[in-house]
Amino acid sequence: MSATAETLLPFDDVLAAFDPALGLEVHVELNTATKMFCGCSTVFGGEPNTQVCPTCLGLPGAMPVVNGKAVESAIRIGLALNCRIAEWCRFARKNYFYPDMPKNFQTSQYDEPICFDGWMDVEVDGETFRVEIERAHMEEDTGKSTHVGGATGRIHGADYSLVDYNRAGIPLIEIVTKPIVGAGERAPEVARAYVQQLRELIVALGVSEARMDQGNLRADVNLSLAPKGSDVLGTRTETKNVNSFRSVERAVRFEMQRHAAILQGGGSILQETRHWHEDTGITTSGREKSDAEDYRYFPEPDLVPVAPSPEWVEELRGTLPENPTQRRARLQAEWGFSDLEMRDTVGAGALGLVEETIAAGASPQAARKWWLSDLARRANDTGVEIGELGVSPAQVAAVQALVDAGSLNDKLARQVFDGLVAGEGTPEEIVAARGLAIVSDDGALTAAVDAAIAANPDVAAKIRDGKVAAAGALIGAVMKEMRGQADAGRVRELILERLA
Amino acid sequence: MPEITRAEVAHLATLARIDLSDAELDHLAPQLSVILESVASISGVAGDDVAPTSHPLPLVNVFRDDVVRPSLTPEQALSGAPASEEQRFMVPRILGDEQ
Repeated sequence: MSATAETLLPFDDVLAAFDPALGLEVHVELNTATKMFCGCSTVFGGEPNTQVCPTCLGLPGAMPVVNGKAVESAIRIGLALNCRIAEWCRFARKNYFYPDMPKNFQTSQYDEPICFDGWMDVEVDGETFRVEIERAHMEEDTGKSTHVGGATGRIHGADYSLVDYNRAGIPLIEIVTKPIVGAGERAPEVARAYVQQLRELIVALGVSEARMDQGNLRADVNLSLAPKGSDVLGTRTETKNVNSFRSVERAVRFEMQRHAAILQGGGSILQETRHWHEDTGITTSGREKSDAEDYRYFPEPDLVPVAPSPEWVEELRGTLPENPTQRRARLQAEWGFSDLEMRDTVGAGALGLVEETIAAGASPQAARKWWLSDLARRANDTGVEIGELGVSPAQVAAVQALVDAGSLNDKLARQVFDGLVAGEGTPEEIVAARGLAIVSDDGALTAAVDAAIAANPDVAAKIRDGKVAAAGALIGAVMKEMRGQADAGRVRELILERLA
Repeated sequence: MPEITRAEVAHLATLARIDLSDAELDHLAPQLSVILESVASISGVAGDDVAPTSHPLPLVNVFRDDVVRPSLTPEQALSGAPASEEQRFMVPRILGDEQ
Protein backbone atom coordinates (compact mmCIF):
# COMPACT_ATOMS: atom_id res chain seq x y z
CA MET A 1 0.00 0.00 0.00
CA SER A 2 1.41 3.33 -0.99
CA ALA A 3 1.25 6.20 1.44
CA THR A 4 1.65 8.83 -1.26
CA ALA A 5 -1.43 10.89 -1.99
CA GLU A 6 -3.12 10.20 -5.30
CA THR A 7 -3.30 12.98 -7.84
CA LEU A 8 -6.88 13.84 -8.73
CA LEU A 9 -8.22 15.73 -11.70
CA PRO A 10 -11.00 18.26 -10.91
CA PHE A 11 -14.37 16.63 -11.63
CA ASP A 12 -15.35 19.10 -14.38
CA ASP A 13 -12.07 18.42 -16.19
CA VAL A 14 -12.76 14.67 -16.00
CA LEU A 15 -16.10 15.19 -17.74
CA ALA A 16 -14.58 17.42 -20.42
CA ALA A 17 -12.25 14.66 -21.55
CA PHE A 18 -13.79 11.32 -20.57
CA ASP A 19 -16.96 9.24 -20.46
CA PRO A 20 -17.27 7.02 -17.39
CA ALA A 21 -18.55 3.44 -17.49
CA LEU A 22 -19.85 2.01 -14.24
CA GLY A 23 -20.50 -1.51 -13.12
CA LEU A 24 -21.99 -2.47 -9.78
CA GLU A 25 -21.90 -5.78 -7.99
CA VAL A 26 -24.18 -5.93 -4.99
CA HIS A 27 -24.16 -8.82 -2.54
CA VAL A 28 -27.42 -9.33 -0.68
CA GLU A 29 -27.36 -11.53 2.40
CA LEU A 30 -30.71 -13.32 2.56
CA ASN A 31 -32.76 -13.44 5.76
CA THR A 32 -33.40 -17.17 5.70
CA ALA A 33 -33.40 -18.86 9.09
CA THR A 34 -30.66 -21.27 8.00
CA LYS A 35 -27.55 -21.29 5.85
CA MET A 36 -27.44 -22.00 2.12
CA PHE A 37 -26.33 -25.62 2.36
CA CYS A 38 -26.86 -26.67 5.99
CA GLY A 39 -29.29 -26.16 8.88
CA CYS A 40 -27.07 -23.86 10.97
CA SER A 41 -28.75 -20.68 12.20
CA THR A 42 -28.02 -17.37 10.47
CA VAL A 43 -28.82 -15.14 13.47
CA PHE A 44 -26.45 -12.15 13.60
CA GLY A 45 -24.18 -11.56 16.56
CA GLY A 46 -23.82 -15.08 18.02
CA GLU A 47 -20.74 -16.13 20.01
CA PRO A 48 -17.91 -17.17 17.64
CA ASN A 49 -18.20 -20.60 16.02
CA THR A 50 -21.51 -21.52 17.67
CA GLN A 51 -23.40 -21.65 14.33
CA VAL A 52 -21.22 -24.16 12.50
CA CYS A 53 -21.48 -27.81 11.52
CA PRO A 54 -19.50 -30.34 9.48
CA THR A 55 -20.97 -29.01 6.21
CA CYS A 56 -20.14 -25.32 6.65
CA LEU A 57 -16.78 -26.21 8.21
CA GLY A 58 -15.96 -28.31 5.15
CA LEU A 59 -15.23 -31.44 7.17
CA PRO A 60 -14.59 -34.60 5.14
CA GLY A 61 -17.70 -36.51 4.16
CA ALA A 62 -20.17 -33.75 4.94
CA MET A 63 -22.76 -33.23 2.20
CA PRO A 64 -24.49 -29.94 1.36
CA VAL A 65 -28.24 -29.71 0.69
CA VAL A 66 -29.71 -26.57 -0.90
CA ASN A 67 -32.02 -24.35 1.16
CA GLY A 68 -35.25 -24.21 -0.89
CA LYS A 69 -36.27 -20.90 0.64
CA ALA A 70 -33.01 -19.31 -0.58
CA VAL A 71 -33.73 -20.49 -4.14
CA GLU A 72 -37.21 -19.01 -3.85
CA SER A 73 -35.75 -15.66 -2.69
CA ALA A 74 -33.22 -15.72 -5.56
CA ILE A 75 -35.99 -16.25 -8.11
CA ARG A 76 -38.14 -13.50 -6.56
CA ILE A 77 -35.21 -11.05 -6.68
CA GLY A 78 -34.60 -12.03 -10.31
CA LEU A 79 -38.25 -11.54 -11.25
CA ALA A 80 -38.38 -8.17 -9.50
CA LEU A 81 -35.33 -7.16 -11.58
CA ASN A 82 -37.11 -8.23 -14.78
CA CYS A 83 -34.65 -11.08 -15.26
CA ARG A 84 -35.13 -14.32 -17.13
CA ILE A 85 -35.05 -17.33 -14.84
CA ALA A 86 -32.87 -20.25 -15.86
CA GLU A 87 -34.81 -23.43 -16.62
CA TRP A 88 -31.82 -25.41 -15.44
CA CYS A 89 -28.65 -24.29 -13.68
CA ARG A 90 -25.91 -25.60 -11.45
CA PHE A 91 -23.73 -24.57 -8.58
CA ALA A 92 -19.98 -24.39 -9.13
CA ARG A 93 -16.93 -24.49 -6.93
CA LYS A 94 -14.82 -21.35 -6.92
CA ASN A 95 -11.45 -22.60 -5.72
CA TYR A 96 -9.11 -20.35 -3.81
CA PHE A 97 -6.80 -20.41 -0.81
CA TYR A 98 -7.95 -18.09 1.87
CA PRO A 99 -9.05 -19.23 5.29
CA ASP A 100 -12.35 -17.31 5.23
CA MET A 101 -13.76 -20.48 3.63
CA PRO A 102 -12.69 -23.65 5.40
CA LYS A 103 -13.53 -25.76 2.34
CA ASN A 104 -10.90 -24.00 0.22
CA PHE A 105 -13.65 -23.16 -2.21
CA GLN A 106 -16.80 -21.11 -2.20
CA THR A 107 -19.93 -22.72 -3.57
CA SER A 108 -21.21 -20.24 -6.13
CA GLN A 109 -22.61 -20.21 -9.65
CA TYR A 110 -20.39 -19.64 -12.64
CA ASP A 111 -21.66 -19.68 -16.21
CA GLU A 112 -25.19 -20.79 -15.29
CA PRO A 113 -26.67 -18.10 -13.02
CA ILE A 114 -30.26 -18.66 -11.87
CA CYS A 115 -31.32 -15.16 -13.04
CA PHE A 116 -30.01 -13.21 -16.04
CA ASP A 117 -30.79 -10.43 -18.54
CA GLY A 118 -32.85 -8.06 -16.42
CA TRP A 119 -33.15 -4.35 -15.82
CA MET A 120 -34.11 -1.78 -13.23
CA ASP A 121 -35.21 1.81 -13.87
CA VAL A 122 -33.39 4.16 -11.54
CA GLU A 123 -34.59 7.67 -10.88
CA VAL A 124 -32.10 10.48 -10.38
CA ASP A 125 -33.53 13.99 -9.96
CA GLY A 126 -36.64 13.05 -11.88
CA GLU A 127 -34.68 11.56 -14.77
CA THR A 128 -34.86 7.80 -15.41
CA PHE A 129 -31.79 5.69 -16.15
CA ARG A 130 -32.31 2.09 -17.19
CA VAL A 131 -29.69 -0.10 -15.51
CA GLU A 132 -29.28 -3.42 -17.30
CA ILE A 133 -28.78 -6.42 -15.06
CA GLU A 134 -26.30 -8.99 -16.32
CA ARG A 135 -27.08 -11.70 -13.78
CA ALA A 136 -28.08 -12.53 -10.24
CA HIS A 137 -26.62 -15.72 -8.87
CA MET A 138 -26.65 -17.73 -5.67
CA GLU A 139 -23.61 -18.24 -3.50
CA GLU A 140 -22.57 -18.40 0.14
CA ASP A 141 -21.00 -15.85 2.46
CA THR A 142 -17.54 -16.29 3.93
CA GLY A 143 -16.34 -16.43 7.53
CA LYS A 144 -15.16 -13.38 9.41
CA SER A 145 -11.43 -12.90 9.95
CA THR A 146 -9.90 -10.79 12.68
CA HIS A 147 -6.27 -9.89 12.13
CA VAL A 148 -4.20 -9.85 15.28
CA GLY A 149 -0.96 -7.96 15.81
CA GLY A 150 0.48 -5.21 13.64
CA ALA A 151 -1.93 -2.52 12.60
CA THR A 152 -5.26 -3.33 14.23
CA GLY A 153 -7.78 -4.98 11.99
CA ARG A 154 -5.83 -4.47 8.82
CA ILE A 155 -4.37 -7.33 6.82
CA HIS A 156 -0.93 -5.82 6.43
CA GLY A 157 1.30 -6.20 9.42
CA ALA A 158 -0.92 -8.85 11.05
CA ASP A 159 0.93 -11.60 12.88
CA TYR A 160 -1.90 -14.10 12.67
CA SER A 161 -5.61 -14.20 12.03
CA LEU A 162 -8.59 -15.57 13.95
CA VAL A 163 -11.58 -16.87 12.05
CA ASP A 164 -15.21 -17.17 13.08
CA TYR A 165 -17.26 -19.29 10.67
CA ASN A 166 -20.75 -18.32 11.89
CA ARG A 167 -21.23 -16.26 8.72
CA ALA A 168 -19.68 -18.89 6.42
CA GLY A 169 -22.46 -20.42 4.34
CA ILE A 170 -25.14 -17.75 4.83
CA PRO A 171 -27.00 -17.41 1.49
CA LEU A 172 -25.93 -14.52 -0.71
CA ILE A 173 -27.35 -13.29 -3.96
CA GLU A 174 -24.83 -11.43 -6.09
CA ILE A 175 -26.45 -8.97 -8.48
CA VAL A 176 -24.23 -7.78 -11.32
CA THR A 177 -25.06 -4.94 -13.70
CA LYS A 178 -23.95 -4.64 -17.28
CA PRO A 179 -21.66 -1.64 -17.89
CA ILE A 180 -23.65 1.53 -17.28
CA VAL A 181 -22.58 4.05 -19.89
CA GLY A 182 -23.90 7.47 -20.79
CA ALA A 183 -24.44 8.69 -17.24
CA GLY A 184 -21.65 11.29 -17.63
CA GLU A 185 -21.59 13.77 -14.75
CA ARG A 186 -24.45 11.86 -13.16
CA ALA A 187 -22.39 8.65 -12.84
CA PRO A 188 -21.70 9.01 -9.08
CA GLU A 189 -25.39 9.79 -8.40
CA VAL A 190 -26.64 7.02 -10.65
CA ALA A 191 -24.43 4.53 -8.78
CA ARG A 192 -25.80 5.71 -5.46
CA ALA A 193 -29.40 5.79 -6.67
CA TYR A 194 -29.09 2.28 -8.10
CA VAL A 195 -27.87 0.82 -4.82
CA GLN A 196 -30.43 2.84 -2.85
CA GLN A 197 -33.36 1.81 -5.05
CA LEU A 198 -32.13 -1.78 -5.25
CA ARG A 199 -32.17 -1.82 -1.46
CA GLU A 200 -35.76 -0.52 -1.43
CA LEU A 201 -36.73 -3.33 -3.78
CA ILE A 202 -35.02 -5.92 -1.58
CA VAL A 203 -36.80 -4.54 1.48
CA ALA A 204 -40.15 -4.60 -0.34
CA LEU A 205 -39.50 -8.24 -1.28
CA GLY A 206 -38.75 -9.01 2.37
CA VAL A 207 -35.83 -11.28 1.44
CA SER A 208 -33.09 -9.55 3.45
CA GLU A 209 -32.63 -7.22 6.39
CA ALA A 210 -30.69 -5.20 3.81
CA ARG A 211 -28.75 -3.20 6.39
CA MET A 212 -25.59 -1.82 4.91
CA ASP A 213 -24.09 -1.10 8.34
CA GLN A 214 -24.41 -4.78 9.26
CA GLY A 215 -23.06 -5.95 5.91
CA ASN A 216 -26.37 -7.46 4.71
CA LEU A 217 -25.93 -5.41 1.57
CA ARG A 218 -22.43 -4.80 0.19
CA ALA A 219 -21.45 -3.04 -2.99
CA ASP A 220 -18.39 -3.39 -5.22
CA VAL A 221 -17.92 -0.52 -7.64
CA ASN A 222 -16.31 -1.06 -11.04
CA LEU A 223 -15.24 2.00 -12.92
CA SER A 224 -13.45 2.78 -16.14
CA LEU A 225 -13.02 5.86 -18.29
CA ALA A 226 -13.03 6.10 -22.07
CA PRO A 227 -11.87 9.14 -24.04
CA LYS A 228 -14.92 11.25 -24.83
CA GLY A 229 -16.75 9.95 -27.88
CA SER A 230 -14.97 6.59 -27.90
CA ASP A 231 -17.10 3.50 -27.45
CA VAL A 232 -14.19 1.32 -26.34
CA LEU A 233 -14.29 0.71 -22.59
CA GLY A 234 -11.16 1.64 -20.68
CA THR A 235 -9.32 -0.49 -18.12
CA ARG A 236 -11.43 -0.88 -14.99
CA THR A 237 -10.73 -0.96 -11.30
CA GLU A 238 -12.93 -2.72 -8.76
CA THR A 239 -13.42 -0.97 -5.43
CA LYS A 240 -14.54 -3.52 -2.86
CA ASN A 241 -16.89 -3.31 0.09
CA VAL A 242 -18.27 0.16 -0.24
CA ASN A 243 -20.74 0.03 2.59
CA SER A 244 -23.00 3.06 2.50
CA PHE A 245 -24.97 4.83 -0.22
CA ARG A 246 -22.98 7.98 0.30
CA SER A 247 -19.72 6.06 -0.05
CA VAL A 248 -20.86 4.50 -3.34
CA GLU A 249 -21.24 8.00 -4.74
CA ARG A 250 -17.96 9.19 -3.26
CA ALA A 251 -16.02 6.13 -4.44
CA VAL A 252 -17.22 6.58 -8.03
CA ARG A 253 -16.31 10.25 -7.98
CA PHE A 254 -12.90 9.54 -6.47
CA GLU A 255 -12.04 6.80 -8.96
CA MET A 256 -13.17 8.97 -11.90
CA GLN A 257 -10.87 11.76 -10.74
CA ARG A 258 -7.98 9.38 -10.03
CA HIS A 259 -8.24 7.54 -13.35
CA ALA A 260 -8.46 10.80 -15.27
CA ALA A 261 -5.35 12.23 -13.62
CA ILE A 262 -3.37 9.09 -14.52
CA LEU A 263 -4.66 8.98 -18.08
CA GLN A 264 -4.03 12.68 -18.71
CA GLY A 265 -0.54 12.30 -17.32
CA GLY A 266 0.13 9.73 -20.05
CA GLY A 267 -0.11 6.76 -17.69
CA SER A 268 -2.31 3.71 -17.89
CA ILE A 269 -4.76 2.24 -15.40
CA LEU A 270 -3.73 -0.91 -13.61
CA GLN A 271 -6.53 -3.47 -13.54
CA GLU A 272 -6.75 -4.10 -9.83
CA THR A 273 -8.88 -4.33 -6.73
CA ARG A 274 -9.02 -1.14 -4.68
CA HIS A 275 -9.87 -0.73 -1.01
CA TRP A 276 -12.30 1.99 0.02
CA HIS A 277 -11.43 4.00 3.13
CA GLU A 278 -14.57 5.40 4.70
CA ASP A 279 -12.71 7.81 7.00
CA THR A 280 -10.55 9.54 4.40
CA GLY A 281 -12.81 9.04 1.38
CA ILE A 282 -10.07 7.56 -0.80
CA THR A 283 -9.25 4.22 -2.39
CA THR A 284 -5.90 2.47 -2.15
CA SER A 285 -4.38 -0.28 -4.20
CA GLY A 286 -5.33 -3.83 -3.26
CA ARG A 287 -4.40 -6.84 -5.29
CA GLU A 288 -3.52 -6.78 -8.93
CA LYS A 289 -5.76 -8.80 -11.19
CA SER A 290 -3.52 -11.21 -13.02
CA ASP A 291 -3.24 -14.73 -14.32
CA ALA A 292 -2.92 -15.85 -10.74
CA GLU A 293 -6.63 -15.10 -10.38
CA ASP A 294 -7.76 -18.42 -11.74
CA TYR A 295 -10.46 -19.98 -9.65
CA ARG A 296 -10.65 -23.23 -11.60
CA TYR A 297 -14.45 -23.17 -11.46
CA PHE A 298 -16.09 -26.53 -12.00
CA PRO A 299 -19.62 -27.85 -11.44
CA GLU A 300 -20.27 -28.78 -7.79
CA PRO A 301 -20.48 -32.58 -7.80
CA ASP A 302 -22.19 -32.75 -4.38
CA LEU A 303 -25.27 -30.79 -5.49
CA VAL A 304 -27.81 -31.65 -8.15
CA PRO A 305 -28.96 -28.99 -10.64
CA VAL A 306 -31.69 -26.48 -9.86
CA ALA A 307 -34.49 -26.54 -12.43
CA PRO A 308 -37.36 -24.24 -11.42
CA SER A 309 -40.58 -25.27 -13.16
CA PRO A 310 -42.48 -22.59 -15.08
CA GLU A 311 -45.40 -23.16 -12.66
CA TRP A 312 -43.20 -22.41 -9.64
CA VAL A 313 -41.74 -19.30 -11.29
CA GLU A 314 -45.23 -18.00 -12.13
CA GLU A 315 -46.43 -18.72 -8.62
CA LEU A 316 -43.51 -16.67 -7.26
CA ARG A 317 -44.21 -13.89 -9.77
CA GLY A 318 -47.61 -13.63 -8.12
CA THR A 319 -45.94 -12.82 -4.78
CA LEU A 320 -43.98 -9.82 -6.08
CA PRO A 321 -44.59 -6.39 -4.57
CA GLU A 322 -45.58 -3.49 -6.77
CA ASN A 323 -42.72 -2.39 -9.01
CA PRO A 324 -40.78 0.67 -7.80
CA THR A 325 -41.92 3.02 -10.57
CA GLN A 326 -45.58 2.24 -9.97
CA ARG A 327 -45.05 2.47 -6.24
CA ARG A 328 -43.50 5.93 -6.47
CA ALA A 329 -46.37 7.13 -8.70
CA ARG A 330 -49.00 5.70 -6.35
CA LEU A 331 -47.42 7.19 -3.21
CA GLN A 332 -47.00 10.60 -4.83
CA ALA A 333 -50.70 10.62 -5.75
CA GLU A 334 -51.78 9.40 -2.29
CA TRP A 335 -49.65 11.92 -0.47
CA GLY A 336 -50.30 14.85 -2.81
CA PHE A 337 -46.57 15.61 -3.13
CA SER A 338 -45.33 17.90 -5.87
CA ASP A 339 -42.78 16.45 -8.31
CA LEU A 340 -40.04 18.33 -6.51
CA GLU A 341 -41.13 17.08 -3.07
CA MET A 342 -41.25 13.52 -4.38
CA ARG A 343 -37.86 13.81 -6.05
CA ASP A 344 -36.28 15.13 -2.85
CA THR A 345 -37.86 12.34 -0.84
CA VAL A 346 -36.56 9.64 -3.19
CA GLY A 347 -33.17 11.34 -3.47
CA ALA A 348 -32.75 11.43 0.31
CA GLY A 349 -33.47 7.71 0.49
CA ALA A 350 -36.44 8.54 2.69
CA LEU A 351 -39.33 7.12 0.66
CA GLY A 352 -39.81 4.06 2.85
CA LEU A 353 -39.25 6.08 6.04
CA VAL A 354 -41.85 8.66 5.06
CA GLU A 355 -44.27 5.89 4.11
CA GLU A 356 -43.86 4.18 7.49
CA THR A 357 -44.19 7.50 9.33
CA ILE A 358 -47.48 8.19 7.56
CA ALA A 359 -48.63 4.66 8.33
CA ALA A 360 -47.87 5.41 11.99
CA GLY A 361 -50.30 8.33 11.91
CA ALA A 362 -48.46 11.46 10.75
CA SER A 363 -49.73 13.58 7.88
CA PRO A 364 -47.72 13.28 4.61
CA GLN A 365 -46.46 16.86 4.84
CA ALA A 366 -45.42 16.49 8.48
CA ALA A 367 -43.62 13.22 7.75
CA ARG A 368 -41.84 14.77 4.79
CA LYS A 369 -40.94 17.89 6.76
CA TRP A 370 -39.22 16.04 9.59
CA TRP A 371 -37.35 13.53 7.46
CA LEU A 372 -36.22 15.92 4.76
CA SER A 373 -35.51 19.09 6.67
CA ASP A 374 -34.40 18.10 10.12
CA LEU A 375 -33.34 14.45 9.97
CA ALA A 376 -31.74 14.51 6.49
CA ARG A 377 -29.59 17.43 7.63
CA ARG A 378 -28.49 15.57 10.76
CA ALA A 379 -27.65 12.49 8.68
CA ASN A 380 -25.67 14.61 6.28
CA ASP A 381 -23.82 16.46 9.05
CA THR A 382 -22.80 13.26 10.80
CA GLY A 383 -22.17 11.22 7.67
CA VAL A 384 -24.58 8.40 8.52
CA GLU A 385 -27.45 7.06 6.47
CA ILE A 386 -30.79 8.66 7.23
CA GLY A 387 -32.28 5.31 8.22
CA GLU A 388 -29.49 4.68 10.71
CA LEU A 389 -29.77 7.86 12.79
CA GLY A 390 -31.48 6.00 15.60
CA VAL A 391 -34.82 7.67 14.94
CA SER A 392 -37.65 5.38 13.82
CA PRO A 393 -40.68 6.31 11.70
CA ALA A 394 -42.91 5.47 14.68
CA GLN A 395 -40.97 7.94 16.84
CA VAL A 396 -41.28 10.69 14.23
CA ALA A 397 -45.03 10.07 14.14
CA ALA A 398 -45.13 10.19 17.96
CA VAL A 399 -43.30 13.54 18.01
CA GLN A 400 -45.69 14.94 15.40
CA ALA A 401 -48.64 13.72 17.48
CA LEU A 402 -47.30 15.78 20.40
CA VAL A 403 -47.03 18.80 18.09
CA ASP A 404 -50.58 18.25 16.84
CA ALA A 405 -51.80 18.00 20.45
CA GLY A 406 -50.19 21.34 21.23
CA SER A 407 -47.71 19.90 23.75
CA LEU A 408 -44.71 20.70 21.53
CA ASN A 409 -43.90 23.30 18.94
CA ASP A 410 -41.45 22.70 16.09
CA LYS A 411 -38.53 24.13 18.00
CA LEU A 412 -39.14 21.86 20.97
CA ALA A 413 -39.74 18.93 18.63
CA ARG A 414 -36.22 19.42 17.27
CA GLN A 415 -34.90 19.10 20.80
CA VAL A 416 -36.81 15.84 21.14
CA PHE A 417 -35.01 14.64 18.00
CA ASP A 418 -31.70 15.66 19.63
CA GLY A 419 -32.66 13.34 22.47
CA LEU A 420 -33.70 10.51 20.16
CA VAL A 421 -30.44 10.65 18.23
CA ALA A 422 -28.58 10.64 21.56
CA GLY A 423 -30.52 7.54 22.60
CA GLU A 424 -32.28 9.15 25.57
CA GLY A 425 -35.43 7.03 25.28
CA THR A 426 -38.90 7.46 23.84
CA PRO A 427 -40.22 10.89 22.77
CA GLU A 428 -42.44 11.01 25.92
CA GLU A 429 -39.46 10.17 28.17
CA ILE A 430 -37.33 12.84 26.50
CA VAL A 431 -40.07 15.47 26.85
CA ALA A 432 -40.31 14.65 30.56
CA ALA A 433 -36.56 14.37 31.23
CA ARG A 434 -35.68 17.56 29.34
CA GLY A 435 -38.74 19.48 30.56
CA LEU A 436 -39.78 20.34 27.01
CA ALA A 437 -43.55 20.66 27.29
CA ILE A 438 -45.15 23.87 26.12
CA VAL A 439 -46.33 26.21 28.88
CA SER A 440 -49.93 27.29 28.35
CA ASP A 441 -50.61 27.95 32.02
CA ASP A 442 -51.95 31.54 32.11
CA GLY A 443 -50.31 32.40 35.43
CA ALA A 444 -46.77 31.82 34.18
CA LEU A 445 -47.53 33.32 30.79
CA THR A 446 -49.20 36.45 32.16
CA ALA A 447 -46.16 37.27 34.30
CA ALA A 448 -43.89 36.95 31.25
CA VAL A 449 -46.30 39.03 29.10
CA ASP A 450 -46.43 41.80 31.69
CA ALA A 451 -42.64 41.82 31.92
CA ALA A 452 -42.35 42.06 28.14
CA ILE A 453 -44.84 44.95 28.01
CA ALA A 454 -42.99 46.79 30.75
CA ALA A 455 -39.66 46.31 29.02
CA ASN A 456 -40.96 47.46 25.61
CA PRO A 457 -43.20 50.50 26.25
CA ASP A 458 -42.82 51.79 22.63
CA VAL A 459 -44.09 48.54 21.16
CA ALA A 460 -46.87 48.36 23.71
CA ALA A 461 -47.95 51.88 22.73
CA LYS A 462 -48.17 50.93 19.04
CA ILE A 463 -50.34 47.95 19.84
CA ARG A 464 -52.61 50.10 21.96
CA ASP A 465 -52.91 52.40 18.91
CA GLY A 466 -54.21 49.41 16.93
CA LYS A 467 -50.99 48.27 15.22
CA VAL A 468 -51.62 44.63 16.01
CA ALA A 469 -48.75 43.49 13.74
CA ALA A 470 -46.32 44.92 16.31
CA ALA A 471 -47.37 42.16 18.70
CA GLY A 472 -44.78 39.91 17.04
CA ALA A 473 -41.95 41.70 18.83
CA LEU A 474 -43.59 41.14 22.23
CA ILE A 475 -44.37 37.49 21.43
CA GLY A 476 -40.69 37.07 20.55
CA ALA A 477 -39.63 38.57 23.87
CA VAL A 478 -41.99 36.29 25.80
CA MET A 479 -40.84 33.20 23.90
CA LYS A 480 -37.25 34.12 24.66
CA GLU A 481 -38.08 34.54 28.33
CA MET A 482 -39.86 31.17 28.33
CA ARG A 483 -36.98 29.50 26.44
CA GLY A 484 -39.26 28.72 23.50
CA GLN A 485 -41.64 26.68 25.59
CA ALA A 486 -44.61 29.03 25.56
CA ASP A 487 -47.78 28.41 23.58
CA ALA A 488 -47.32 31.21 21.03
CA GLY A 489 -51.03 31.43 20.19
CA ARG A 490 -52.00 31.90 23.83
CA VAL A 491 -49.23 34.49 24.33
CA ARG A 492 -50.62 36.52 21.46
CA GLU A 493 -54.12 36.38 22.93
CA LEU A 494 -52.86 37.53 26.33
CA ILE A 495 -50.87 40.43 24.85
CA LEU A 496 -53.87 41.66 22.87
CA GLU A 497 -56.13 41.29 25.94
CA ARG A 498 -53.78 43.30 28.15
CA LEU A 499 -53.27 46.07 25.59
CA ALA A 500 -56.83 46.29 24.38
CA MET B 1 -7.37 -34.23 -26.40
CA PRO B 2 -4.42 -31.84 -26.50
CA GLU B 3 -1.43 -32.68 -24.39
CA ILE B 4 -1.02 -30.85 -21.08
CA THR B 5 2.07 -28.70 -21.26
CA ARG B 6 4.80 -28.29 -18.71
CA ALA B 7 3.79 -24.63 -18.33
CA GLU B 8 0.21 -25.63 -17.53
CA VAL B 9 1.36 -28.05 -14.88
CA ALA B 10 3.53 -25.33 -13.36
CA HIS B 11 0.51 -22.98 -13.31
CA LEU B 12 -1.70 -25.62 -11.68
CA ALA B 13 0.97 -26.27 -9.08
CA THR B 14 1.07 -22.56 -8.26
CA LEU B 15 -2.74 -22.47 -7.94
CA ALA B 16 -2.66 -25.49 -5.67
CA ARG B 17 0.19 -24.00 -3.64
CA ILE B 18 2.45 -26.98 -4.41
CA ASP B 19 6.11 -26.14 -4.79
CA LEU B 20 7.45 -28.28 -7.66
CA SER B 21 11.10 -28.39 -8.73
CA ASP B 22 12.11 -28.37 -12.39
CA ALA B 23 12.88 -32.06 -12.17
CA GLU B 24 9.44 -32.82 -10.71
CA LEU B 25 7.75 -30.80 -13.45
CA ASP B 26 9.67 -32.74 -16.11
CA HIS B 27 8.57 -35.95 -14.45
CA LEU B 28 4.89 -35.06 -13.77
CA ALA B 29 3.87 -33.25 -16.96
CA PRO B 30 4.03 -36.34 -19.22
CA GLN B 31 2.36 -38.47 -16.55
CA LEU B 32 -0.60 -36.08 -16.27
CA SER B 33 -0.92 -36.12 -20.04
CA VAL B 34 -1.28 -39.88 -20.01
CA ILE B 35 -3.96 -39.70 -17.29
CA LEU B 36 -5.93 -37.08 -19.22
CA GLU B 37 -5.74 -39.16 -22.38
CA SER B 38 -7.06 -42.18 -20.54
CA VAL B 39 -10.00 -40.22 -19.14
CA ALA B 40 -10.65 -38.61 -22.51
CA SER B 41 -11.20 -42.02 -24.06
CA ILE B 42 -14.61 -41.99 -22.34
CA SER B 43 -15.76 -39.25 -24.69
CA GLY B 44 -15.14 -41.69 -27.56
CA VAL B 45 -17.78 -43.99 -26.09
CA ALA B 46 -20.46 -41.34 -25.59
CA GLY B 47 -22.53 -40.76 -28.68
CA ASP B 48 -24.24 -37.53 -29.69
CA ASP B 49 -27.32 -38.64 -27.81
CA VAL B 50 -25.51 -38.50 -24.44
CA ALA B 51 -25.40 -35.02 -22.96
CA PRO B 52 -22.38 -34.00 -20.87
CA THR B 53 -23.23 -34.26 -17.19
CA SER B 54 -21.65 -33.31 -13.89
CA HIS B 55 -23.74 -35.68 -11.83
CA PRO B 56 -24.46 -39.39 -12.17
CA LEU B 57 -28.09 -39.22 -11.03
CA PRO B 58 -30.92 -37.74 -13.11
CA LEU B 59 -32.13 -35.64 -10.21
CA VAL B 60 -32.92 -31.94 -9.92
CA ASN B 61 -34.30 -29.67 -7.19
CA VAL B 62 -33.22 -31.52 -4.08
CA PHE B 63 -34.11 -28.91 -1.48
CA ARG B 64 -34.14 -28.68 2.27
CA ASP B 65 -36.77 -26.85 4.34
CA ASP B 66 -35.50 -23.68 5.99
CA VAL B 67 -35.54 -25.14 9.48
CA VAL B 68 -32.71 -24.69 11.98
CA ARG B 69 -30.92 -27.83 13.08
CA PRO B 70 -28.51 -28.05 16.02
CA SER B 71 -24.96 -26.90 15.31
CA LEU B 72 -21.78 -28.30 16.82
CA THR B 73 -20.59 -26.90 20.12
CA PRO B 74 -17.63 -24.53 19.73
CA GLU B 75 -15.49 -27.15 21.51
CA GLN B 76 -16.45 -29.75 18.92
CA ALA B 77 -15.98 -27.28 16.08
CA LEU B 78 -12.50 -26.31 17.25
CA SER B 79 -11.41 -29.81 18.28
CA GLY B 80 -9.69 -30.46 14.96
CA ALA B 81 -8.07 -27.03 14.72
CA PRO B 82 -4.27 -27.01 15.04
CA ALA B 83 -4.59 -23.79 17.04
CA SER B 84 -7.37 -21.62 18.36
CA GLU B 85 -7.77 -18.45 20.39
CA GLU B 86 -10.84 -16.60 21.68
CA GLN B 87 -13.05 -19.43 20.40
CA ARG B 88 -11.81 -18.79 16.88
CA PHE B 89 -9.69 -20.75 14.46
CA MET B 90 -6.14 -19.45 14.48
CA VAL B 91 -4.50 -19.30 11.08
CA PRO B 92 -1.15 -17.99 9.85
CA ARG B 93 -0.84 -14.36 8.94
CA ILE B 94 -2.80 -13.75 5.77
CA LEU B 95 -0.96 -12.15 2.90
CA GLY B 96 -3.61 -12.09 0.20
CA ASP B 97 -6.87 -10.24 0.06
CA GLU B 98 -10.25 -11.29 1.24
CA GLN B 99 -12.43 -12.57 -1.55
